[in-house]
Formats: sequence, structure tokens, C-alpha cells
Amino acid sequence: MIDEKEVQHVARLARLKLSSEELNRFSSQLSKILDYIGQLNEVDTSSVEPMSHPLDLVNVFRADEVKPSLSREDALAGAPQKRDGFFLVPPVLEWGSSEE
Amino acid sequence: MKPVHHQSACELLQAQEAGELSAVRITEACLDRIGKLDGSVHAFISVRPERALEQAKSIDERRRRGEKLGPLAGLPVALKDNMCTVGWETTCASKILKNFKPPYDATVVEKLRAADAVLIGKTNMDEFAFGSSTESSAFFATRNPWDLGRVPGGSSGGSAAALSAGFVPLAVGSSTGGSVRQPAGFCGVMGLKPTYGRVSRYGLIAFGSSLDQISPLARDVRDLALLTTVVAGYDSRDSTCINAPAPDYVAELDEPCDGMKLGVPAEYFAEGLDADVAERITEAIATLDELGFEIVEIRLPHTKYAIASYYVVATAEASSNLARFDGVHYGHRTAEKTGLVELYSLSREEGFGDEAKRRIMLGTYALSSGYYDAYYLKALKVRRRMKEDFDRAWQTVDAVLCPTSPTTAFRIGELVDDPLAMYLSDIFTVPANMVGIPGISMPCGFDGSGLPVGLQVMAPNLEESRLFRVARAFQSHTDFHLSRPDL
Repeated sequence: MIDEKEVQHVARLARLKLSSEELNRFSSQLSKILDYIGQLNEVDTSSVEPMSHPLDLVNVFRADEVKPSLSREDALAGAPQKRDGFFLVPPVLEWGSSEE
Repeated sequence: MKPVHHQSACELLQAQEAGELSAVRITEACLDRIGKLDGSVHAFISVRPERALEQAKSIDERRRRGEKLGPLAGLPVALKDNMCTVGWETTCASKILKNFKPPYDATVVEKLRAADAVLIGKTNMDEFAFGSSTESSAFFATRNPWDLGRVPGGSSGGSAAALSAGFVPLAVGSSTGGSVRQPAGFCGVMGLKPTYGRVSRYGLIAFGSSLDQISPLARDVRDLALLTTVVAGYDSRDSTCINAPAPDYVAELDEPCDGMKLGVPAEYFAEGLDADVAERITEAIATLDELGFEIVEIRLPHTKYAIASYYVVATAEASSNLARFDGVHYGHRTAEKTGLVELYSLSREEGFGDEAKRRIMLGTYALSSGYYDAYYLKALKVRRRMKEDFDRAWQTVDAVLCPTSPTTAFRIGELVDDPLAMYLSDIFTVPANMVGIPGISMPCGFDGSGLPVGLQVMAPNLEESRLFRVARAFQSHTDFHLSRPDL
């Protein structure tokens, strides 16, 4: 079971501003899915190593050489807002009230 | 001469070499058919006729000059809309990427261009590949050419429908849990999920990074082997790409299958399997038996946990991968005047559809403090159990035979309100993605309503060639792959 309060918490972690209708619907749908996922507890995994990846991967290194890459112009081409060669965002810290 | 849409890719190559057809004529025929019929199938999100014809014209000119052409010269190819194409909208069928024009080509796209394929259009899909029916596309649902009231499967439903409808001779999709084999099965075409790491994913918009694999589709096995040969191989820009040379799958296609043992897992014939599907698969197994394959019963006991473990792993990875869509770097940004955190949350709320949100939520929950061990780690351990099942099978058999999906194509709207029931339609395809092994789906007949049934074959890592040879043996004695829907 996952209640609306928990769904709200997860939505905050996921940076999703869900509507109250969505909170309600997701809490019942996710509960049903999590309930189904609960059957994993039937499997004895006491001496099993988790498998995060299908290949036995090792770090892939390359020589530290400059290679061609995207120009600043290309990298910024899709930005919703930009200025002077930077991505533009609203102020990260709100000043306003504390200045009084 | 057969019309273009009834010819295989290999036949179209020969017809060009013989001077009977040109790249321009083939491309025009495909564009013409798309123009006439895609209004009812809805396979494509975007088609670029001028660019395609330009490309075709230059291929014809180079042929006239006697230049050496690539292995896909003049063949129109449809690309799933989650592979980056420079300057050409790549939407993932999501509002959040609606007008996104990538600044670069995916490696697969570079390879197709270098092979002289004609890139004709980008196909519809479930939003971010989240789905099994192509209904979660933010734009429209794609229809199954065999029955326009039914889904084409998903998430690469647009690519499978485009092939089945005869819009293109070749198509490319991607698979995270069955997104190519399942729609190929539903639409009566072929799809291959290659070994994890066999095809570069540079430029593929990520869903589940330990599961995703770019996957070719075609109407017969020779065409599929040809397309796979072009897209497979090492790429230094994808650090998960396997650093081993890719074989010429076409050259290996006609090698004999002498003494090959095929395992049939009892767990894939359990409850929930449609009776008609079970019958067609049993008939296909009998055909392969007659052709000299040795059929052996095997056990894959953790199959029943495939969906539960997959939907934890896949959504956990998806929730991390989709964190990049923040309304800052590219894609949709909310029009509201807000602070930074609100900007992220509102842009994402407005840009993502229902299923994307549900999966981001599920994955975030499974990774969150207090639940990580119980869900994510547990799922990874069960995943190891699934791999051990297959490792054990490979000690006695060369490949595994089973249905691609438990049912044939379902009706549009039938499962949209029940996400769990939709997830369960992937039960037979998810294991290959979880374990990393290659799997193929091929047509093996029809159910009582005339809908195609898919036969799946899986093999150990890097044994794609073995899958092609089994399919070649099957297709040289059957003609299911030659059936076409009436459109």
C-alpha cells in the first residue's frame, strides 16, 4: 500500500507537481502494482549477488585528448531561454522578504 | 514485376542493380503508399519527402557514375522517433520533446546514412517507449494494419506497423522489455533484439540503461540479417558497446543447423496463454522438429517473476534517465513565472504523459530511502536468478523456443485503464532484456480472427547468427512471412 501522503512525497522527490486527481489515481494504481511486485519476496535470494547489469563491465578509459564536440551555439540551440551564451533560469535563491 | 511494397529489401537491391528500379522510384512508391494509407494507420510522426527524394536522387546519380554504393543503397528506412537525427525533430512521442531538434545524429543513423539507406520518416511509439501498445504516444495511437481497431503492440508500434503496411522495406526500433519483438509479433513481421551492447546506443534517448538495445525490424530473415549487419558493431562513444567485431550475418545465414537443439520451456505454456497462440506455437515446434531440429523440454523456473522484477529495474532506471528533462536545457518549459524548483516540477508535470509519470513515480519510490533494499536490490537479485535459469539451459540446448506474447493484438483502449494488465503482455519478452541475450520474433500463423502470431527464439550472448539460421530454416518451409494485410 502507498497512501496519498507518500505519493506526494515521492512526487516531490521526482520533481512532478501532480494534481490532486493524479495523486488519488496514482496512489491506487501504484498500490496495485507494488502489491504485484511483492511476489518477489517468494524468491529465496539469500546468497545471491544483485545483478545491476547484463555485462561484466569495467571502466572504459580513453586518452585525455581534446576531440571535436558540440559548439556552444549547437548545445544552446534547444534551450527554452538563454542569454550571453548561458542557459537562463529563474533566481535560485529568493531575495525579496529577507531584505527588509 | 511485383509492386514495390510487396518486394523484400534484397529484391529491391537486385532490381536496382538490374536497372529495373531506381532509388527515386522506390522512394516515390513508398511515399505514395504512405500518403494514401498512413491517414488510417498513423505509423509516422514525421515524414520528410523532399529530403528522402534528394537522398535517393544522389544515390541514383552515384550509381550512374559507377561509384560503389553502400549495402542498403536506395532502401527507404523508418526510424523510431527516439533516435537522434540532426536538425530533424526527435520527440519520443512526448510533449516534453515536441519541437526538439537534436544537434547530432545517433551512431545508428550515421551508419544507415553511410550504408546509403534513404531515411524516409520517424515512427510513432509509446511515450519514451513506456508501453506495449503505442497508445501512450502524446500525439495519436497507431493502428494495426491487420485490424485497424487493434493496437500494433509497442513500444515500437509505428515501426512494426509501417513495415506491415508496406510503407518501407526496413525499420529500426528499440527494445527495453519487448518493444520490438512484441509489435513485430502483433503486426506479422520480424524483429530482433540483439545482445545487450551489440548495437551502439549513442544518440538513442535512454529509458532503461541496463536493458535498452536498438533493434532492427524487417519482413523476412534475409532482410533482417542485412540490416543487423549494418547497425551492429563497436562504437567508442557508447561505453557499454561490446568491443568485438560484428559478423556478416547475411554470409552466415545459409550455414547448416545440423544437430541444433531447441529448448521449449514449460513455464511459457502456463495459464494466461491464448489457446490459438498455443496451437500455432505447437505447430511451429512440430515444423522445426520435422526439419531436423532436436526439441527438448527445459525449465526456466523464474519466468513468473520476470514482470515484477523488470518493472522495478526498468522504472528505477527510467526515473533516473528522465531527470534530465528539466525545462532548462531543451524541451518544454512551463510558461508560469516561478522559482527554479517550481520550474522543474511544472515543466515536467505539463510535459510528461500519464504512463511516463507513473513510471517515474514507481522508479523513484523503488530507489527512495527505506525502500531501496526491499524493491530495487531484491529485483536485481531475482534478475540474477533469471540469468542462472538461462545459463543452466545453455548447458543442454542451443536456443530457446516460445511464444513472443501470450495473446495476439488486443483492441485499442482495451488495457489503457489497467497498467498492470498492460505490463503482463510483456511476460515472454522481458527475460531476454533482463538477462542481456538476443531474441527474435517471426510470424508463425494466425489466430481465429486472422491476427498474426509471433514465434520467439532466444540464444546465448552474441549468437544472433544462430537465431537467423533457425528463422531461415523455418521460413524456407513456411510462407507466413509472405502474408500481407489487406489495406
